[in-house]
Amino acid sequence: MKAIISIELYKIFRRPRTYIAFGAIAALIMVIQLGLKMDGQSYASFLMKDINDTLTVDGKVLNGYLICYILLQLLLVHVPLLVALIAADMISGEANLGTLRLLFTTPYSRTQLVMGKFIAASIYTIVLLIWLAFLALFVSMWIFGTDDLFLLKSNYVVLIQEKDVLWRYVGAFVFASFALLTVTSLGFLMSSIANNSIGPIVGTMSAIVFFTILSTLNIPLFAAIKPYLFTTHMNNWKEFFDIKVNENNEAIYGTILNVAKIKTSIIVLTLHIILFVTASVMITKRKDILS
Amino acid sequence: MSVIQVNGLSKHFGTLKAVDQLDFSVTEGEVFGFLGQNGSGKSTTIRMLLSLIHPTSGSIELFGKPLNKYRDEILEEVGAIIERPDLYPYLTAKEHLQLFAKLRNKHVGENSIQDTLVKVGLADRSKDKVQTFSLGMKQRLGIAIALLHNPSLIILDEPTNGLDPQGISDIRNLIKQLAQQEGKTVLVSSHLLSEIEQMATQIMIIHKGKKVADGPIQKLLDPNKMIVHIKTTNDAQTLQIILSGSFSNYLLQRTDGIYLRLPDYEIPLLNASLVNAGVGLIGVETRNSLEDYFLQVTSNTIA
Repeated sequence: MKAIISIELYKIFRRPRTYIAFGAIAALIMVIQLGLKMDGQSYASFLMKDINDTLTVDGKVLNGYLICYILLQLLLVHVPLLVALIAADMISGEANLGTLRLLFTTPYSRTQLVMGKFIAASIYTIVLLIWLAFLALFVSMWIFGTDDLFLLKSNYVVLIQEKDVLWRYVGAFVFASFALLTVTSLGFLMSSIANNSIGPIVGTMSAIVFFTILSTLNIPLFAAIKPYLFTTHMNNWKEFFDIKVNENNEAIYGTILNVAKIKTSIIVLTLHIILFVTASVMITKRKDILS
Repeated sequence: MSVIQVNGLSKHFGTLKAVDQLDFSVTEGEVFGFLGQNGSGKSTTIRMLLSLIHPTSGSIELFGKPLNKYRDEILEEVGAIIERPDLYPYLTAKEHLQLFAKLRNKHVGENSIQDTLVKVGLADRSKDKVQTFSLGMKQRLGIAIALLHNPSLIILDEPTNGLDPQGISDIRNLIKQLAQQEGKTVLVSSHLLSEIEQMATQIMIIHKGKKVADGPIQKLLDPNKMIVHIKTTNDAQTLQIILSGSFSNYLLQRTDGIYLRLPDYEIPLLNASLVNAGVGLIGVETRNSLEDYFLQVTSNTIA
Protein backbone atom coordinates (compact mmCIF):
# COMPACT_ATOMS: atom_id res chain seq x y z
CA MET A 1 0.00 0.00 0.00
CA LYS A 2 2.88 2.36 0.79
CA ALA A 3 4.20 1.86 -2.73
CA ILE A 4 0.84 2.76 -4.27
CA ILE A 5 0.46 5.88 -2.13
CA SER A 6 3.98 7.09 -2.90
CA ILE A 7 3.46 6.51 -6.62
CA GLU A 8 0.12 8.29 -6.62
CA LEU A 9 1.60 11.24 -4.74
CA TYR A 10 4.50 11.30 -7.19
CA LYS A 11 2.05 11.44 -10.09
CA ILE A 12 -0.07 14.14 -8.43
CA PHE A 13 2.87 16.39 -7.71
CA ARG A 14 4.47 15.90 -11.14
CA ARG A 15 1.39 17.24 -12.87
CA PRO A 16 1.33 20.97 -13.63
CA ARG A 17 -2.42 21.03 -12.90
CA THR A 18 -1.74 20.30 -9.25
CA TYR A 19 -0.06 23.64 -8.73
CA ILE A 20 -3.00 25.62 -10.08
CA ALA A 21 -4.70 25.19 -6.71
CA PHE A 22 -1.64 26.31 -4.74
CA GLY A 23 -1.15 29.29 -7.07
CA ALA A 24 -4.82 30.25 -6.98
CA ILE A 25 -4.96 30.20 -3.17
CA ALA A 26 -1.74 32.21 -2.90
CA ALA A 27 -2.96 34.78 -5.41
CA LEU A 28 -6.36 35.20 -3.76
CA ILE A 29 -4.95 35.53 -0.26
CA MET A 30 -2.23 37.92 -1.32
CA VAL A 31 -4.72 40.17 -3.13
CA ILE A 32 -6.99 40.31 -0.08
CA GLN A 33 -4.06 40.85 2.29
CA LEU A 34 -2.71 43.60 0.07
CA GLY A 35 -6.11 45.29 -0.13
CA LEU A 36 -6.59 45.18 3.63
CA LYS A 37 -3.06 46.38 4.26
CA MET A 38 -3.58 49.34 1.96
CA ASP A 39 -7.11 50.26 2.99
CA GLY A 40 -7.84 48.17 6.05
CA GLN A 41 -8.83 50.99 8.36
CA SER A 42 -11.75 52.12 6.22
CA TYR A 43 -12.85 48.47 6.01
CA ALA A 44 -12.69 48.19 9.81
CA SER A 45 -14.62 51.44 10.21
CA PHE A 46 -17.26 50.11 7.84
CA LEU A 47 -17.57 46.94 9.91
CA MET A 48 -17.86 48.85 13.15
CA LYS A 49 -20.18 51.64 12.01
CA ASP A 50 -23.33 50.10 13.50
CA ILE A 51 -21.90 49.43 16.92
CA ASN A 52 -19.63 52.44 17.43
CA ASP A 53 -22.38 54.21 19.40
CA THR A 54 -22.83 51.40 21.90
CA LEU A 55 -19.36 49.86 22.10
CA THR A 56 -15.85 51.12 22.36
CA VAL A 57 -13.20 48.77 21.10
CA ASP A 58 -9.60 49.33 22.09
CA GLY A 59 -6.62 47.81 20.35
CA LYS A 60 -6.06 46.60 16.82
CA VAL A 61 -9.32 45.24 15.41
CA LEU A 62 -7.83 44.50 12.01
CA ASN A 63 -5.20 42.03 13.17
CA GLY A 64 -3.89 38.78 11.70
CA TYR A 65 -6.54 36.68 13.45
CA LEU A 66 -9.43 38.69 12.01
CA ILE A 67 -7.83 38.68 8.55
CA CYS A 68 -7.57 34.89 8.73
CA TYR A 69 -11.24 34.62 9.73
CA ILE A 70 -12.26 36.84 6.80
CA LEU A 71 -10.08 34.82 4.43
CA LEU A 72 -11.50 31.50 5.59
CA GLN A 73 -15.07 32.76 5.20
CA LEU A 74 -14.26 33.77 1.64
CA LEU A 75 -12.05 30.87 0.61
CA LEU A 76 -13.45 27.75 2.21
CA VAL A 77 -16.36 28.03 -0.20
CA HIS A 78 -14.02 27.99 -3.20
CA VAL A 79 -11.39 25.52 -2.08
CA PRO A 80 -13.70 22.54 -2.84
CA LEU A 81 -13.43 23.47 -6.52
CA LEU A 82 -9.64 23.25 -6.30
CA VAL A 83 -9.85 19.96 -4.43
CA ALA A 84 -12.24 18.56 -7.03
CA LEU A 85 -9.73 19.41 -9.79
CA ILE A 86 -7.48 16.65 -8.49
CA ALA A 87 -9.78 14.26 -6.59
CA ALA A 88 -12.35 13.99 -9.35
CA ASP A 89 -9.58 13.18 -11.81
CA MET A 90 -7.88 10.42 -9.84
CA ILE A 91 -9.56 7.43 -11.52
CA SER A 92 -11.39 8.93 -14.49
CA GLY A 93 -8.28 10.87 -15.55
CA GLU A 94 -6.34 7.61 -15.78
CA ALA A 95 -9.24 5.96 -17.60
CA ASN A 96 -9.22 8.84 -20.05
CA LEU A 97 -5.45 8.64 -20.46
CA GLY A 98 -5.59 4.85 -20.85
CA THR A 99 -3.13 4.25 -18.02
CA LEU A 100 -5.75 2.60 -15.82
CA ARG A 101 -5.12 -0.57 -17.86
CA LEU A 102 -1.47 -0.54 -16.88
CA LEU A 103 -2.25 0.06 -13.21
CA PHE A 104 -4.94 -2.59 -13.01
CA THR A 105 -2.67 -5.27 -14.43
CA THR A 106 -0.19 -4.89 -11.59
CA PRO A 107 -0.29 -7.43 -8.74
CA TYR A 108 -2.34 -5.18 -6.49
CA SER A 109 -6.06 -5.60 -6.01
CA ARG A 110 -8.38 -2.91 -7.27
CA THR A 111 -9.37 -2.19 -3.66
CA GLN A 112 -5.73 -1.53 -2.77
CA LEU A 113 -5.21 0.64 -5.84
CA VAL A 114 -8.38 2.67 -5.24
CA MET A 115 -7.63 3.11 -1.54
CA GLY A 116 -4.06 4.13 -2.39
CA LYS A 117 -5.40 6.71 -4.79
CA PHE A 118 -7.89 8.02 -2.24
CA ILE A 119 -5.25 8.34 0.46
CA ALA A 120 -2.96 10.18 -1.97
CA ALA A 121 -5.81 12.55 -2.95
CA SER A 122 -6.52 13.09 0.76
CA ILE A 123 -2.87 13.93 1.41
CA TYR A 124 -3.03 16.44 -1.44
CA THR A 125 -6.14 17.98 0.16
CA ILE A 126 -4.46 18.21 3.55
CA VAL A 127 -1.32 19.75 2.04
CA LEU A 128 -3.52 22.29 0.25
CA LEU A 129 -5.24 23.10 3.53
CA ILE A 130 -1.88 23.49 5.30
CA TRP A 131 -0.83 25.86 2.53
CA LEU A 132 -4.05 27.80 3.05
CA ALA A 133 -3.48 27.86 6.80
CA PHE A 134 0.09 29.03 6.39
CA LEU A 135 -0.85 31.91 4.10
CA ALA A 136 -4.14 32.89 5.73
CA LEU A 137 -3.08 32.57 9.34
CA PHE A 138 0.67 32.79 9.77
CA VAL A 139 1.41 35.24 6.96
CA SER A 140 -1.52 37.41 8.14
CA MET A 141 -0.18 37.28 11.71
CA TRP A 142 3.20 38.34 10.40
CA ILE A 143 1.85 41.19 8.27
CA PHE A 144 -0.94 42.49 10.53
CA GLY A 145 0.26 41.45 13.98
CA THR A 146 -1.98 39.85 16.63
CA ASP A 147 -4.51 41.08 19.14
CA ASP A 148 -7.86 39.98 20.54
CA LEU A 149 -10.24 38.57 17.94
CA PHE A 150 -13.32 40.70 17.57
CA LEU A 151 -16.08 39.08 15.51
CA LEU A 152 -19.37 40.57 14.47
CA LYS A 153 -22.02 37.88 14.26
CA SER A 154 -25.54 38.52 12.92
CA ASN A 155 -27.03 39.69 16.23
CA TYR A 156 -24.18 39.67 18.71
CA VAL A 157 -20.45 40.26 18.96
CA VAL A 158 -17.74 37.90 20.11
CA LEU A 159 -14.54 39.01 21.69
CA ILE A 160 -11.90 36.32 22.13
CA GLN A 161 -8.71 37.06 24.00
CA GLU A 162 -5.52 36.93 21.95
CA LYS A 163 -4.18 33.98 23.97
CA ASP A 164 -7.42 32.07 23.38
CA VAL A 165 -7.44 32.28 19.57
CA LEU A 166 -4.69 30.15 18.07
CA TRP A 167 -5.98 26.76 19.28
CA ARG A 168 -9.39 27.64 17.84
CA TYR A 169 -7.80 28.06 14.45
CA VAL A 170 -6.08 24.70 14.84
CA GLY A 171 -9.51 23.21 15.62
CA ALA A 172 -11.12 25.07 12.73
CA PHE A 173 -8.51 23.81 10.26
CA VAL A 174 -8.84 20.23 11.53
CA PHE A 175 -12.59 20.55 11.09
CA ALA A 176 -12.08 22.04 7.61
CA SER A 177 -9.99 18.99 6.74
CA PHE A 178 -13.04 16.78 7.40
CA ALA A 179 -15.17 19.05 5.21
CA LEU A 180 -12.64 19.04 2.39
CA LEU A 181 -12.04 15.30 2.67
CA THR A 182 -15.78 14.88 2.17
CA VAL A 183 -15.42 16.86 -1.06
CA THR A 184 -12.38 14.72 -1.95
CA SER A 185 -14.36 11.52 -1.43
CA LEU A 186 -17.33 12.87 -3.40
CA GLY A 187 -15.01 13.82 -6.27
CA PHE A 188 -13.46 10.40 -6.00
CA LEU A 189 -16.86 8.72 -6.26
CA MET A 190 -17.67 10.75 -9.37
CA SER A 191 -14.27 9.80 -10.75
CA SER A 192 -14.98 6.09 -10.32
CA ILE A 193 -18.14 6.38 -12.41
CA ALA A 194 -16.84 8.32 -15.41
CA ASN A 195 -14.16 7.75 -18.01
CA ASN A 196 -13.29 11.39 -18.64
CA SER A 197 -11.83 14.18 -16.53
CA ILE A 198 -14.27 17.03 -16.98
CA GLY A 199 -17.52 15.22 -16.11
CA PRO A 200 -16.54 14.25 -12.55
CA ILE A 201 -15.12 17.73 -11.78
CA VAL A 202 -18.29 19.43 -13.00
CA GLY A 203 -20.39 16.73 -11.33
CA THR A 204 -18.70 17.25 -7.98
CA MET A 205 -19.15 20.99 -8.09
CA SER A 206 -22.76 20.64 -9.24
CA ALA A 207 -23.49 18.27 -6.35
CA ILE A 208 -21.94 20.69 -3.85
CA VAL A 209 -23.89 23.64 -5.27
CA PHE A 210 -27.12 21.61 -5.34
CA PHE A 211 -26.83 20.37 -1.76
CA THR A 212 -25.65 23.78 -0.53
CA ILE A 213 -28.83 25.28 -1.92
CA LEU A 214 -30.89 22.60 -0.16
CA SER A 215 -28.98 23.25 3.06
CA THR A 216 -29.47 27.00 2.84
CA LEU A 217 -33.11 27.18 1.77
CA ASN A 218 -35.53 27.53 4.65
CA ILE A 219 -38.27 25.46 3.06
CA PRO A 220 -40.08 23.07 5.44
CA LEU A 221 -40.02 20.31 2.80
CA PHE A 222 -36.23 20.09 3.03
CA ALA A 223 -36.02 20.53 6.80
CA ALA A 224 -36.09 16.79 7.43
CA ILE A 225 -33.11 16.00 5.20
CA LYS A 226 -30.99 19.03 6.03
CA PRO A 227 -29.28 17.53 9.10
CA TYR A 228 -28.03 14.64 6.96
CA LEU A 229 -26.58 16.70 4.11
CA PHE A 230 -22.82 17.15 4.24
CA THR A 231 -23.19 20.71 2.97
CA THR A 232 -25.17 21.61 6.12
CA HIS A 233 -22.10 20.78 8.19
CA MET A 234 -19.21 21.98 6.04
CA ASN A 235 -19.22 25.52 7.41
CA ASN A 236 -19.37 24.56 11.07
CA TRP A 237 -15.70 25.38 11.59
CA LYS A 238 -17.11 28.73 12.69
CA GLU A 239 -18.44 27.07 15.86
CA PHE A 240 -14.88 27.14 17.21
CA PHE A 241 -15.26 30.91 17.42
CA ASP A 242 -18.47 30.98 19.46
CA ILE A 243 -17.59 31.14 23.11
CA LYS A 244 -19.52 30.45 26.32
CA VAL A 245 -20.35 33.41 28.54
CA ASN A 246 -20.97 33.64 32.28
CA GLU A 247 -23.95 35.25 34.03
CA ASN A 248 -22.31 38.68 33.51
CA ASN A 249 -22.15 38.02 29.80
CA GLU A 250 -18.37 37.76 29.99
CA ALA A 251 -16.57 35.28 27.73
CA ILE A 252 -15.26 32.17 29.46
CA TYR A 253 -11.68 31.53 28.40
CA GLY A 254 -11.00 28.30 26.49
CA THR A 255 -14.64 27.31 25.93
CA ILE A 256 -16.73 26.54 22.87
CA LEU A 257 -20.42 27.32 22.98
CA ASN A 258 -21.69 24.30 21.07
CA VAL A 259 -19.25 21.40 21.15
CA ALA A 260 -22.04 18.92 20.38
CA LYS A 261 -22.71 20.65 17.09
CA ILE A 262 -19.08 20.27 16.06
CA LYS A 263 -19.09 16.59 17.08
CA THR A 264 -22.29 15.92 15.16
CA SER A 265 -20.88 17.63 12.08
CA ILE A 266 -17.66 15.60 12.23
CA ILE A 267 -19.69 12.38 12.56
CA VAL A 268 -21.93 13.28 9.59
CA LEU A 269 -18.94 14.29 7.44
CA THR A 270 -17.02 11.12 8.39
CA LEU A 271 -20.01 8.95 7.51
CA HIS A 272 -20.21 10.67 4.13
CA ILE A 273 -16.51 10.04 3.54
CA ILE A 274 -16.94 6.34 4.38
CA LEU A 275 -20.03 6.08 2.20
CA PHE A 276 -18.46 7.79 -0.81
CA VAL A 277 -15.18 5.85 -0.61
CA THR A 278 -16.92 2.50 -0.11
CA ALA A 279 -19.12 3.22 -3.13
CA SER A 280 -16.02 4.15 -5.18
CA VAL A 281 -14.32 0.87 -4.28
CA MET A 282 -17.43 -1.18 -5.07
CA ILE A 283 -17.96 0.54 -8.41
CA THR A 284 -14.32 0.23 -9.46
CA LYS A 285 -14.14 -3.42 -8.43
CA ARG A 286 -17.12 -4.32 -10.58
CA LYS A 287 -16.17 -2.14 -13.51
CA ASP A 288 -14.96 -3.55 -16.81
CA ILE A 289 -11.94 -1.58 -17.95
CA LEU A 290 -12.80 -0.80 -21.55
CA SER A 291 -10.84 2.44 -21.93
CA MET B 1 2.48 -27.50 -19.04
CA SER B 2 -0.33 -25.13 -19.99
CA VAL B 3 0.47 -21.58 -18.99
CA ILE B 4 -2.93 -20.39 -20.19
CA GLN B 5 -6.01 -22.59 -20.05
CA VAL B 6 -9.30 -21.07 -21.11
CA ASN B 7 -12.57 -22.99 -21.02
CA GLY B 8 -16.00 -21.87 -22.22
CA LEU B 9 -15.06 -18.21 -21.90
CA SER B 10 -17.82 -15.77 -22.82
CA LYS B 11 -18.36 -12.07 -22.45
CA HIS B 12 -21.64 -10.42 -23.30
CA PHE B 13 -22.20 -6.68 -23.48
CA GLY B 14 -25.98 -6.48 -23.39
CA THR B 15 -27.12 -8.55 -26.35
CA LEU B 16 -23.70 -8.47 -28.02
CA LYS B 17 -21.70 -11.65 -27.60
CA ALA B 18 -18.19 -10.19 -27.78
CA VAL B 19 -16.63 -13.53 -26.86
CA ASP B 20 -18.62 -16.73 -27.17
CA GLN B 21 -17.62 -20.04 -25.58
CA LEU B 22 -13.91 -19.75 -26.23
CA ASP B 23 -11.61 -22.67 -25.40
CA PHE B 24 -7.86 -22.63 -25.88
CA SER B 25 -4.60 -23.33 -24.16
CA VAL B 26 -1.09 -21.98 -24.48
CA THR B 27 1.89 -24.15 -23.61
CA GLU B 28 4.99 -22.95 -21.79
CA GLY B 29 7.70 -21.45 -24.00
CA GLU B 30 5.37 -21.04 -26.95
CA VAL B 31 4.75 -17.95 -29.09
CA PHE B 32 1.00 -18.02 -29.51
CA GLY B 33 -0.41 -15.88 -32.31
CA PHE B 34 -3.89 -14.61 -31.55
CA LEU B 35 -5.65 -13.43 -34.67
CA GLY B 36 -8.98 -11.94 -35.57
CA GLN B 37 -10.50 -9.06 -37.45
CA ASN B 38 -11.24 -5.75 -35.74
CA GLY B 39 -14.08 -6.30 -33.30
CA SER B 40 -13.66 -10.07 -33.35
CA GLY B 41 -13.18 -10.22 -29.57
CA LYS B 42 -9.37 -10.40 -29.37
CA SER B 43 -8.90 -7.45 -27.07
CA THR B 44 -11.87 -8.45 -24.92
CA THR B 45 -10.31 -11.88 -24.50
CA ILE B 46 -6.92 -10.40 -23.65
CA ARG B 47 -8.52 -8.03 -21.14
CA MET B 48 -10.27 -10.98 -19.52
CA LEU B 49 -6.91 -12.79 -19.29
CA LEU B 50 -5.59 -9.75 -17.43
CA SER B 51 -8.68 -9.41 -15.23
CA LEU B 52 -9.54 -6.02 -16.69
CA ILE B 53 -12.90 -7.35 -17.87
CA HIS B 54 -15.05 -9.73 -15.86
CA PRO B 55 -16.15 -12.77 -17.91
CA THR B 56 -19.86 -13.47 -18.22
CA SER B 57 -19.10 -17.18 -17.98
CA GLY B 58 -16.25 -19.64 -18.34
CA SER B 59 -12.96 -20.10 -16.60
CA ILE B 60 -9.41 -18.82 -16.99
CA GLU B 61 -6.42 -20.54 -15.45
CA LEU B 62 -2.94 -19.08 -15.67
CA PHE B 63 0.01 -21.15 -14.46
CA GLY B 64 -2.52 -23.79 -13.41
CA LYS B 65 -4.34 -21.45 -11.01
CA PRO B 66 -7.78 -19.90 -11.43
CA LEU B 67 -7.40 -16.20 -12.24
CA ASN B 68 -10.40 -15.12 -10.19
CA LYS B 69 -8.90 -16.61 -7.00
CA TYR B 70 -5.18 -15.97 -7.47
CA ARG B 71 -5.26 -12.76 -9.48
CA ASP B 72 -2.57 -10.82 -7.60
CA GLU B 73 -0.18 -13.76 -7.43
CA ILE B 74 -0.68 -14.57 -11.11
CA LEU B 75 -0.25 -11.01 -12.35
CA GLU B 76 3.15 -10.84 -10.66
CA GLU B 77 4.29 -13.23 -13.40
CA VAL B 78 2.55 -11.47 -16.29
CA GLY B 79 3.71 -8.53 -18.38
CA ALA B 80 1.35 -6.97 -20.88
CA ILE B 81 0.62 -4.19 -23.28
CA ILE B 82 -2.97 -3.72 -24.31
CA GLU B 83 -3.85 -2.05 -27.61
CA ARG B 84 -2.40 1.45 -27.38
CA PRO B 85 0.73 2.46 -25.50
CA ASP B 86 -1.01 4.92 -23.16
CA LEU B 87 1.43 6.49 -20.74
CA TYR B 88 1.84 9.52 -18.49
CA PRO B 89 2.88 12.41 -20.76
CA TYR B 90 4.49 14.36 -17.92
CA LEU B 91 6.88 11.56 -16.91
CA THR B 92 10.10 10.47 -18.61
CA ALA B 93 10.74 6.96 -19.95
CA LYS B 94 12.96 6.13 -16.99
CA GLU B 95 10.44 7.51 -14.49
CA HIS B 96 7.81 5.22 -16.00
CA LEU B 97 10.00 2.20 -15.43
CA GLN B 98 10.92 3.31 -11.91
CA LEU B 99 7.26 3.84 -11.12
CA PHE B 100 6.13 0.44 -12.42
CA ALA B 101 9.12 -1.27 -10.81
CA LYS B 102 7.77 -0.10 -7.44
CA LEU B 103 4.42 -1.71 -8.24
CA ARG B 104 6.02 -5.14 -8.43
CA ASN B 105 6.75 -7.31 -5.44
CA LYS B 106 9.88 -8.55 -7.17
CA HIS B 107 12.94 -6.36 -6.72
CA VAL B 108 13.67 -4.45 -9.91
CA GLY B 109 16.91 -2.53 -9.60
CA GLU B 110 18.33 0.38 -11.54
CA ASN B 111 20.45 -2.04 -13.60
CA SER B 112 17.35 -3.92 -14.72
CA ILE B 113 15.71 -0.63 -15.68
CA GLN B 114 18.74 0.38 -17.73
CA ASP B 115 18.96 -3.07 -19.36
CA THR B 116 15.29 -2.96 -20.30
CA LEU B 117 15.70 0.48 -21.84
CA VAL B 118 18.62 -0.84 -23.89
CA LYS B 119 16.62 -3.93 -24.89
CA VAL B 120 13.83 -1.84 -26.42
CA GLY B 121 16.17 0.78 -27.90
CA LEU B 122 15.23 3.70 -25.65
CA ALA B 123 18.41 4.10 -23.62
CA ASP B 124 19.32 7.40 -25.27
CA ARG B 125 15.84 8.87 -24.69
CA SER B 126 15.40 7.69 -21.12
CA LYS B 127 15.37 11.20 -19.66
CA ASP B 128 12.90 12.64 -22.16
CA LYS B 129 9.26 13.16 -21.25
CA VAL B 130 6.85 10.83 -22.98
CA GLN B 131 4.93 13.78 -24.44
CA THR B 132 7.85 14.23 -26.85
CA PHE B 133 7.75 10.57 -28.00
CA SER B 134 6.47 9.25 -31.30
CA LEU B 135 3.88 6.47 -31.29
CA GLY B 136 6.60 3.93 -32.03
CA MET B 137 8.69 5.10 -29.08
CA LYS B 138 5.68 4.92 -26.79
CA GLN B 139 5.09 1.38 -28.03
CA ARG B 140 8.70 0.47 -27.18
CA LEU B 141 8.27 1.95 -23.72
CA GLY B 142 5.03 0.00 -23.27
CA ILE B 143 6.93 -3.18 -24.13
CA ALA B 144 9.68 -2.17 -21.70
CA ILE B 145 7.09 -1.85 -18.90
CA ALA B 146 5.75 -5.29 -19.80
CA LEU B 147 9.23 -6.87 -19.69
CA LEU B 148 10.64 -4.92 -16.75
CA HIS B 149 9.89 -7.43 -13.98
CA ASN B 150 11.05 -10.43 -16.02
CA PRO B 151 7.61 -12.08 -16.27
CA SER B 152 7.08 -15.70 -17.31
CA LEU B 153 4.06 -14.85 -19.46
CA ILE B 154 4.04 -11.89 -21.81
CA ILE B 155 0.79 -10.77 -23.40
CA LEU B 156 1.23 -8.32 -26.25
CA ASP B 157 -1.82 -6.86 -27.91
CA GLU B 158 -0.78 -5.25 -31.19
CA PRO B 159 2.85 -4.67 -30.11
CA THR B 160 3.98 -3.46 -33.51
CA ASN B 161 1.40 -0.67 -33.82
CA GLY B 162 3.10 2.52 -34.90
CA LEU B 163 6.53 0.97 -35.36
CA ASP B 164 8.62 1.51 -38.46
CA PRO B 165 9.93 -1.53 -40.41
CA GLN B 166 13.12 -1.61 -38.36
CA GLY B 167 11.12 -1.37 -35.15
CA ILE B 168 8.82 -4.19 -36.26
CA SER B 169 11.82 -6.36 -37.05
CA ASP B 170 13.40 -5.54 -33.67
CA ILE B 171 10.25 -6.46 -31.78
CA ARG B 172 9.85 -9.65 -33.79
CA ASN B 173 13.40 -10.67 -32.94
CA LEU B 174 12.87 -9.70 -29.31
CA ILE B 175 9.75 -11.87 -29.04
CA LYS B 176 11.56 -14.80 -30.67
CA GLN B 177 14.48 -14.34 -28.31
CA LEU B 178 12.20 -14.17 -25.26
CA ALA B 179 10.62 -17.49 -26.19
CA GLN B 180 13.61 -19.36 -27.58
CA GLN B 181 16.41 -18.19 -25.30
CA GLU B 182 14.61 -17.18 -22.12
CA GLY B 183 11.79 -19.74 -22.22
CA LYS B 184 9.05 -17.14 -21.87
CA THR B 185 5.53 -17.81 -23.02
CA VAL B 186 4.27 -15.11 -25.34
CA LEU B 187 0.71 -14.48 -26.46
CA VAL B 188 0.76 -11.94 -29.24
CA SER B 189 -2.02 -10.46 -31.29
CA SER B 190 -1.31 -8.44 -34.38
CA HIS B 191 -2.86 -7.22 -37.57
CA LEU B 192 0.44 -7.90 -39.29
CA LEU B 193 -0.19 -11.51 -40.19
CA SER B 194 3.17 -11.88 -41.89
CA GLU B 195 4.80 -11.00 -38.58
CA ILE B 196 2.76 -13.56 -36.69
CA GLU B 197 3.64 -16.10 -39.36
CA GLN B 198 7.34 -15.45 -38.77
CA MET B 199 7.30 -15.68 -35.00
CA ALA B 200 4.34 -17.77 -33.80
CA THR B 201 4.50 -21.50 -33.23
CA GLN B 202 0.77 -21.84 -32.58
CA ILE B 203 -2.07 -19.66 -33.73
CA MET B 204 -5.71 -19.21 -32.97
CA ILE B 205 -8.15 -17.27 -35.09
CA ILE B 206 -11.38 -15.94 -33.68
CA HIS B 207 -14.23 -14.47 -35.64
CA LYS B 208 -17.28 -12.77 -34.13
CA GLY B 209 -16.19 -13.97 -30.72
CA LYS B 210 -15.88 -17.63 -31.69
CA LYS B 211 -12.83 -19.72 -32.40
CA VAL B 212 -12.68 -20.62 -36.08
CA ALA B 213 -9.24 -22.20 -36.25
CA ASP B 214 -6.30 -23.10 -34.07
CA GLY B 215 -3.25 -25.27 -34.10
CA PRO B 216 0.42 -25.33 -35.00
CA ILE B 217 1.12 -22.87 -37.76
CA GLN B 218 2.95 -25.48 -39.87
CA LYS B 219 -0.10 -27.70 -39.81
CA LEU B 220 -2.56 -24.96 -40.67
CA LEU B 221 -0.44 -23.76 -43.56
CA ASP B 222 -0.29 -27.23 -45.11
CA PRO B 223 1.82 -27.08 -48.29
CA ASN B 224 -0.47 -29.72 -49.76
CA LYS B 225 -3.32 -27.23 -49.68
CA MET B 226 -1.89 -24.28 -51.52
CA ILE B 227 -4.09 -21.60 -52.98
CA VAL B 228 -3.52 -21.45 -56.72
CA HIS B 229 -4.50 -18.52 -58.90
CA ILE B 230 -4.48 -19.43 -62.58
CA LYS B 231 -4.53 -17.05 -65.53
CA THR B 232 -5.43 -18.49 -68.91
CA THR B 233 -6.21 -17.39 -72.45
CA ASN B 234 -9.85 -18.41 -71.95
CA ASP B 235 -11.18 -18.24 -68.38
CA ALA B 236 -14.75 -19.27 -69.30
CA GLN B 237 -13.56 -22.50 -70.93
CA THR B 238 -11.15 -23.11 -68.04
CA LEU B 239 -14.02 -22.88 -65.55
CA GLN B 240 -16.00 -25.41 -67.61
CA ILE B 241 -13.06 -27.83 -67.59
CA ILE B 242 -12.63 -27.46 -63.83
CA LEU B 243 -16.33 -27.85 -63.02
CA SER B 244 -16.79 -30.89 -65.26
CA GLY B 245 -13.75 -32.74 -63.97
CA SER B 246 -12.08 -33.86 -60.78
CA PHE B 247 -10.86 -30.35 -59.99
CA SER B 248 -14.35 -29.04 -59.18
CA ASN B 249 -13.93 -29.81 -55.46
CA TYR B 250 -10.89 -27.57 -55.31
CA LEU B 251 -12.52 -24.47 -56.77
CA LEU B 252 -12.87 -21.48 -54.49
CA GLN B 253 -15.80 -19.07 -54.84
CA ARG B 254 -14.25 -15.99 -56.40
CA THR B 255 -15.47 -13.45 -58.93
CA ASP B 256 -12.15 -11.78 -59.71
CA GLY B 257 -10.25 -14.75 -61.10
CA ILE B 258 -9.96 -18.49 -60.89
CA TYR B 259 -8.69 -19.71 -57.53
CA LEU B 260 -8.33 -23.29 -56.35
CA ARG B 261 -7.13 -24.81 -53.10
CA LEU B 262 -5.32 -27.94 -54.23
CA PRO B 263 -2.27 -30.06 -53.49
CA ASP B 264 0.85 -29.04 -55.40
CA TYR B 265 1.06 -32.39 -57.24
CA GLU B 266 -2.30 -31.64 -58.90
CA ILE B 267 -1.00 -28.48 -60.61
CA PRO B 268 0.74 -30.34 -63.54
CA LEU B 269 -2.42 -32.42 -64.05
CA LEU B 270 -4.56 -29.30 -64.24
CA ASN B 271 -2.07 -27.76 -66.66
CA ALA B 272 -2.21 -30.86 -68.86
CA SER B 273 -6.03 -30.80 -68.92
CA LEU B 274 -6.03 -27.17 -70.00
CA VAL B 275 -3.41 -27.72 -72.72
CA ASN B 276 -5.34 -30.76 -74.04
CA ALA B 277 -8.45 -28.57 -74.31
CA GLY B 278 -6.51 -25.91 -76.19
CA VAL B 279 -6.47 -23.37 -73.40
CA GLY B 280 -3.21 -21.52 -73.05
CA LEU B 281 -1.86 -21.07 -69.51
CA ILE B 282 -0.59 -17.54 -68.97
CA GLY B 283 0.46 -17.93 -65.38
CA VAL B 284 0.10 -19.87 -62.14
CA GLU B 285 0.47 -18.07 -58.84
CA THR B 286 0.67 -20.23 -55.76
CA ARG B 287 -0.05 -18.76 -52.33
CA ASN B 288 0.09 -20.33 -48.94
CA SER B 289 0.41 -17.50 -46.45
CA LEU B 290 -1.18 -17.01 -43.07
CA GLU B 291 -2.97 -14.02 -44.53
CA ASP B 292 -4.66 -16.22 -47.13
CA TYR B 293 -5.57 -18.74 -44.50
CA PHE B 294 -6.85 -16.05 -42.15
CA LEU B 295 -9.04 -14.48 -44.81
CA GLN B 296 -10.29 -17.87 -45.85
CA VAL B 297 -11.47 -18.87 -42.38
CA THR B 298 -12.84 -15.49 -41.44
CA SER B 299 -14.68 -14.70 -44.65
CA ASN B 300 -14.73 -17.98 -46.61
CA THR B 301 -12.81 -16.32 -49.39
CA ILE B 302 -9.30 -15.15 -50.14
CA ALA B 303 -7.74 -11.85 -50.98
